[in-house]
Amino acid sequence: MCSIPLYFKRQRQPNHRPGAVIMSNNVSQIYPDNIYLDNNATTRVDPEAVAAMLPYFSELFGNASSMHSFASGVGKAIQKGREQVRDLVGAAYETEIIFTSCGTEADSTAIYSALKANPDRNEIITTVVEHPAILAVCDQLEKEGYTIHRLPVDRKGRLDLETYAALLSHRVALVTVMWANNETGTLFPVEQMAKMARAAGVMFHTDAVQAVGKVKIDMKHSAIDMLSLSGHKLHGPKGIGVLYLRRGTRFRPLLRGGHQERGRRSGTENSAAIVGLGKAAELATQYLSCEDTRVRSLRDRLEAGILAAVPHAFVTGDPDNRLPNTANIAFEYVEGEAILMLLNRAGIAASSGSACTSGSLEPSHVMRAMDIPYTAAHGSIRFSLSRENTKQEIDKVIEVMPAIIARLREMSPYWSEGAPVADPEQAFAPVYA
Amino acid sequence: MWEYSDKVKELFFEPKNAKAVADANGVGDVGSLSCGDALRLTLKVNDETQVIEDAGFQTFGCGSAIASSSALTEIIKGMTVDEALKVTNQDIADYLDGLPPEKMHCSVMGQEALQAAVANYRGEVWKDDHEEGALICKCFAVDAVLIEKTVRANNLHTVEEVSHYTKAGGSCAACHEGIEEIINNVMAEASPVTGGDVAEGFTAEPMPMSLVQRIQTILAVFDEVRPQLKADGGDISLIEVLDEKIFVKLDGACGDCQMASATLGWIQQRLVETLGEFVRLIPVNNAVNKATQTIGRGQ
Repeated sequence: MCSIPLYFKRQRQPNHRPGAVIMSNNVSQIYPDNIYLDNNATTRVDPEAVAAMLPYFSELFGNASSMHSFASGVGKAIQKGREQVRDLVGAAYETEIIFTSCGTEADSTAIYSALKANPDRNEIITTVVEHPAILAVCDQLEKEGYTIHRLPVDRKGRLDLETYAALLSHRVALVTVMWANNETGTLFPVEQMAKMARAAGVMFHTDAVQAVGKVKIDMKHSAIDMLSLSGHKLHGPKGIGVLYLRRGTRFRPLLRGGHQERGRRSGTENSAAIVGLGKAAELATQYLSCEDTRVRSLRDRLEAGILAAVPHAFVTGDPDNRLPNTANIAFEYVEGEAILMLLNRAGIAASSGSACTSGSLEPSHVMRAMDIPYTAAHGSIRFSLSRENTKQEIDKVIEVMPAIIARLREMSPYWSEGAPVADPEQAFAPVYA
Repeated sequence: MWEYSDKVKELFFEPKNAKAVADANGVGDVGSLSCGDALRLTLKVNDETQVIEDAGFQTFGCGSAIASSSALTEIIKGMTVDEALKVTNQDIADYLDGLPPEKMHCSVMGQEALQAAVANYRGEVWKDDHEEGALICKCFAVDAVLIEKTVRANNLHTVEEVSHYTKAGGSCAACHEGIEEIINNVMAEASPVTGGDVAEGFTAEPMPMSLVQRIQTILAVFDEVRPQLKADGGDISLIEVLDEKIFVKLDGACGDCQMASATLGWIQQRLVETLGEFVRLIPVNNAVNKATQTIGRGQ
């Protein structure tokens, strides 16, 4: 199961005709000089999912709600997609699956629903390292008068459950904690936290966008009330997400105006994307075991290889509880965007938590929350793998990385003759800091 | 992904003058590790002719910081010190065929390093007066510090006024919420009720006020904001006051407009300032109006 599957893929040729497909193995053969290690940002849509979707853009274009033959089949296809997603997250009922336009919408729906369903409660518990889809909503709610408790993390990105337990009360409308962190891959004990919330009579939501398809999820035997996932993080299409809503959980819709999704999410179903997500979910269920074996061993090989060859570098996040596909490595005295540009020239795609890649003036909130020193926070690089990566690709990255880092360090005022200057903050004495 | 010009890419991938000039007689350091970019400029100035004979840079930073540093050294080599001092950050950006607005600070860093290096050569002390805030308006590259200064200096109250003074918010409207927040913060500081510090205003003892007085005050605030709501085809009415919760009904365009929560936030801010206590403005519609009140009373 864990050998690289034989896929259908589009051919890339000068006379390329859109839609033409030929047989091939993986993404590296489509872009032969490129290595894609940014799968936490997005994944390649699996060609099987693409093939499943295509008819729903053409002959099967009907609106599932219509009462004529153009609609027949579309409703059934949506139903099948719902069952495929149900199986991926181990839900008891397919009615617990609500399709949304993206993971962000699922997150917003969960938060606003919990507040409206609990009008006598005005507190939310979350963490400092959530995705902006959660943090920005909480920031806005704080301005509107809600109390937001943001659980801190330690230097390895771990939460303190005693602090959490002390915050649970009848004033809390919702706990929302990510299953896995997108930057470091750190896994949070959401199952345990959900049990604690349930015991205190508090609703629990998890943003599982990075976890679904990478770790086993079994909602039948969980205390989690709501869970968000996103299609494009698991080799499905963009523009489709899911809010899992446990049967019996009080709910208020975010979008109204139709009967779709049993009135819980109005708006004509994105049938093609639902079919694509369904297929991707089915494949993710099949390939789940690869994540913990083949993908994990590639990730570990990458980390060990880089750390052995590059001095002054370290892995961030919780080494004991991490997604099997994510490696976040901080390189001291270099800046992330410059690393990414040189990596890109070598045909390697990754991402960075540095300030410059986002346009903000500070390194990522996750790096700051873990108190990663500034000497390294700006130089953090995230490599995120998928089942499509190969050992040859990983070895290529290990081969080019030392020269890239060395080149940038040689250019840096904090580096001299192969080592950091003594007491860099003092040796480099700007007029302002 | 930044859309860098070919010139930026060229000077990043193949930088010129990436070195410490060996016998430098002018050194300028700007930036820091915590800021994420730092530049040391080293100059070799001919004491007789005042010509910059060699220039080198050492930069910790992103692609455009390295390219800007390299561009600076290319521009000033061969210039006299006085000529070099006339180089602006825009000259650096132009040399690079432009920089993304978020990256203009890289060119500013280059200009400052130059001034610092010249000051060092002349034995003067260079004082930086550069302040940099979060970029608010990306269309016109206006940062928070400039907007706040302008709002304060000109007593501005609306996004439109800020756009007239700074251009910020005059194009895509994505930053209107951010500009409103700056205006609100400045107004809250200036408010006589809350005094000089917003945080103190929140934690101070609530002013003893009877329910009738509170309702009268709330209605007075609504009257103040009503003309602006009506201008957008909306209105606001008071439904119920329960402790810190103020239930209101937004009518007309306000009720379903995208800006409803921003509008509520703005009115709530006014209420907090006027009442001198923290209150929460909660919108209700007709259908749930009764239910909300019942739940509220049940507490």
